[in-house]
Amino acid sequence: MDKTIIIDKAVIIIVVFAVTMLMAMYATLAERKIAAWIQDRLGPNRAGKGGLLQPLADGLKLFAKEEYEPNTPNKFLFKFGPFLSMTLALMTSAVIPWGDKFHLFGRDIILQAADLNVGVLYILAVLSVGVYGIMIGAWASNNKYSLMSGIRAASQMISYEIAMGLSLIALLLMTQTLSLREIALQQSGMNWNIFYQPIGFLIFIICSFAETNRAPFDLAECEQELIGGFHTEYSSMKMGFYLFAEYANLFISATIMSVLYFGAYNYPGMSWVIENWGINIGNVLGIIALFVKICFFIFVFMWVRWTLPRFRYDQLMNLGWKTLIPLALLNLVVTAVVILLLK
Amino acid sequence: MSSNTYSLSGRKKTVSDKKLTWSERIYLVAIFKGMMVTLKHMFKKKVTISYPEQTRPFSDVYRGRHMLMRDEEGRERCTACGLCALSCPAEAITMKAAERTADELHLYREEKYAEIYEINMLRCIFCGLCEEACPKQAIYLTKSKQIAKADVSRENFIFGKDKLVMPLEMAIENTKQQNQA
Repeated sequence: MDKTIIIDKAVIIIVVFAVTMLMAMYATLAERKIAAWIQDRLGPNRAGKGGLLQPLADGLKLFAKEEYEPNTPNKFLFKFGPFLSMTLALMTSAVIPWGDKFHLFGRDIILQAADLNVGVLYILAVLSVGVYGIMIGAWASNNKYSLMSGIRAASQMISYEIAMGLSLIALLLMTQTLSLREIALQQSGMNWNIFYQPIGFLIFIICSFAETNRAPFDLAECEQELIGGFHTEYSSMKMGFYLFAEYANLFISATIMSVLYFGAYNYPGMSWVIENWGINIGNVLGIIALFVKICFFIFVFMWVRWTLPRFRYDQLMNLGWKTLIPLALLNLVVTAVVILLLK
Repeated sequence: MSSNTYSLSGRKKTVSDKKLTWSERIYLVAIFKGMMVTLKHMFKKKVTISYPEQTRPFSDVYRGRHMLMRDEEGRERCTACGLCALSCPAEAITMKAAERTADELHLYREEKYAEIYEINMLRCIFCGLCEEACPKQAIYLTKSKQIAKADVSRENFIFGKDKLVMPLEMAIENTKQQNQA
């Protein structure tokens, strides 16, 4: 029995890793395509049919670039930065419930690498360590633009984590559990958390933009003032790691939002499908439903990026500290009171 | 009426700095409107032209590379009068005249012909005045989409008779078509 669990988990981990990589790869293409369409252009369409091989071409180009290293005393940290960014971006996927369960080979297989009973805390922890990847890389670059970018990234992430955590607490008050699997199970049918926590979701999505360092909060890597920010001094695949980590983060953020607020793998009529067509078909549809939601959120991220201009640093801090945190606190108090009254 | 009070384009807007209302200050409505604008653009017709496969249509009055014409018997029309060089505002044309000998009757239509005829493509502005000036209908600006190729040496931009004179095959083809018609 122990051996089969190890095999199950190993397969799930490898598949999740591969899928995350694939999604991150094609997110880069999607970003360029969506940017082009929004700007009335066609976008990359020469490599492969409709540009489908563009991510491979991009990766090949990055590999072929010169491996440049600035004159920095922190040679180790300079390499450690992109490594950390990438690792942390991939670590979050461990607790995501990708589907309910399959019934194969005479046993139930749960589609989750690790069902932690503190899954939400784990996600928050990994997300907050994520800032170190950027900070260390920026610091070790020995470049004033990178340093400023590192400062911005750190202050931005720390500020927005508070509001994000508070909006999550309101959600956790309702779910009464920290396990992502149970949160997913509670949202069966159309019983999605978004209908109970709309303001919490709004705060969460805004903070997700800030946490993933994306427009309109991409102050850490603004091309205009900071010449790329923390990756000014990076080239070749180290740069590729940073860029790739951003898209892996994007995918993971979209996943977390779908799991926490948009019913994870649940879709209307799921119980009916499982009863009539069998548990496996019902869950395959569930995985598809989850990926549709994820793709939608990835699209929203990109849509916002190509619509809204970048915030100024003081505006960012104003929004974070003076608007989102009080709003999140209010949301928390109102949720608590309502739960108490309904008991 | 002062210029402040009317608008020539009819699109003049007065700027106001009134205090924003609460709903305007949270910007959510404005953000939503902006996102709808970008969403609309996603489905608009794209302005990009995929160049090698598609090309923009040329204007009817497009003037391309010059050609020194031949007549229906394949003889060069140019008589090296120099009017084209004189009319050229960019002074791009130079030529040297020579006298036709008895055994060159089939090559040149007039008694005098251009031994050297050069157009400096870096100077030419494709105005077409040479074409207008020519009394022998010898020089034309074609509809050819071939442009002078980029090069690193200036000498290569001075086009001589080898590049300017109409190819013989084309002259033969033209005559054939004329005879058929």
